[in-house]
This record gives sequence, structure tokens and C-alpha cells, in this order.
Amino acid sequence: MRGVRWGVRFVGEVLITAGLLLFLFASWELWWTDVTANREQATTIQALEKGFAIGGLPERGNQESMAILTKVPFGQAFGIVRIPRFGADYARPVLQGTDHDTLTKGMGHYVGTAFPGQIGNFALAGHRTTYGRPLHNIDLLQKGDIIVVETKASYVVYAVDRHVIVTPDHVDVIAPVPQQPGAKPVEAWMTMTACHPKFSATQRYVVFAKLLKVIPRASGLPSSFMAVPVGAVH
Amino acid sequence: MYGPLWRLLPGPWPVKALLALILVIGVVAVCFLWVFPAISPYMPFNSYSVQSGTPR
Repeated sequence: MRGVRWGVRFVGEVLITAGLLLFLFASWELWWTDVTANREQATTIQALEKGFAIGGLPERGNQESMAILTKVPFGQAFGIVRIPRFGADYARPVLQGTDHDTLTKGMGHYVGTAFPGQIGNFALAGHRTTYGRPLHNIDLLQKGDIIVVETKASYVVYAVDRHVIVTPDHVDVIAPVPQQPGAKPVEAWMTMTACHPKFSATQRYVVFAKLLKVIPRASGLPSSFMAVPVGAVH
Repeated sequence: MYGPLWRLLPGPWPVKALLALILVIGVVAVCFLWVFPAISPYMPFNSYSVQSGTPR
């Protein structure tokens, strides 16, 4: 009888412990990853801004700076994404590669896709939830919304065109001509992918934006591009 | 499981409570810093990319 009581108590305590650990894991995933990732990504932004401010590239011309950009090593940050719809101070680093580690540090650039401003498709992946959730509000983007991709050489301005919701195997969304695999690109597009619905892996929310303008860093970014759209939630 | 653990801790009950608290904080820290980051990539709810084969 004593043994049974002990056994029941032991099992109960194990179950309570398991419950607490699951709760702990949920709070880590939903809260702590945001805390650490936001801090790390803000530091990366500062370092990038500092690096961008140091001159040397712009006068060498866009061709050459693009050549340097295309040799960015895997995992390295090379750009800043600014989306006024997500707030005037919204800024997220762009890193080369889309593996788990890279995506905890910012948005990831699909290896092999175009670089900012290039003809083809500049494709990014970002977290919708957890790890600073850079694309948490991707579903709020509307046609015409401005996306500024800042690199050492220039401000590359895209305007949102449309979105699709697809299953994760739809790699055609990051094709050089979005959704037309095999087609020869003549325009510069940008694609962002995030999970959909939130906290799920079943689908992807994909936004396509079309190149509006490439502005050399020396010219500065007109403030009109950074105006927060009316009705933005932030 | 917790009973024997409590009896194992030395000292009067305030010392035991303090030691227990330190143990709890230690377990949480180990989970937050090493265990959870290690198992996180296998969780299905924070996928972001499109790819052929197994998506993550």
C-alpha cells in the first residue's frame, strides 16, 4: 500500500514537472527569443549603419559595389530593411543565408537569388513569430507600401505589389520572375516569405514588391519614402 | 521525488528554501541557455522559408 502511494506521488510529480517545463519552453520561445534577438538585431543595425557611413564605396560606382555585395559570405549581414508600415523606426538586418541560426539574427537572403536592386528576385525569409519576429505583421502590407533596402552603396526602394499564401514547397515564389519559374527576368523584384498562419508551418505568407528606385547613398534617402502610411498600427 | 530532495538539502528551512530557489534558477538557466536553443530548430511552429524537400 505504501509502495503504491509512493508510486502515484512520483508519477504525479513527474507530470507536474513536465507541465512546468513545457510552460517554461513556451515562454522561452515566445518571449525570451524576442528579447535576445531584438537586442542582437539592434546591435547589428548599429554596426551596419556605422559601416555604411564610412565612405569609400559610393564613388567607385554601383557596378563595383554590386560585385562586392555578391561575394558576401554565408551568415554575414549586408543590408538593412526598413518598412514604414511597420513603424518609422522599424529596421531589420539582412544576412546571407536562410538557415536556422541566420534567421535568429535578422532576415535571411535566399542564396542564389538576386541582390538588392538587381534584375531578378531579391528574396528574403523572416520569422513571423519568435526570434524578434521581423515579419510579424507581413499580412498588414498593402499594395504600394514602401520597402527600403539599405546597402553600403545605395537605398533600394521597392513598392509592394501583391501577396500569395502557398504551401512551403512553392519555391517558384523566389524564382527570378516570381511565380514564373524558368522565365527570363527583365525586372527587379523582391520577395519576402514568412510562416502562415502564425505559429504554424502549414503555409507561407509571401509578399512581392517591385523595384521603384535605386538611390545612391551619397544622394540620401528622401524622407517621403519613410513616411508611415495612414492607418499603420504602430 | 521532491520530498527526498527537500530532505537532502542541509540546514534549517530558510536555508533549504534558499538552496531550492537557487536550484530552480539553475535549472531554468540551463534550459534557457542550452536545452531550449538546441531543440528549437525541430519545432514546427516557427518556419519561414520555401524550399523543395523537407521545409523547416
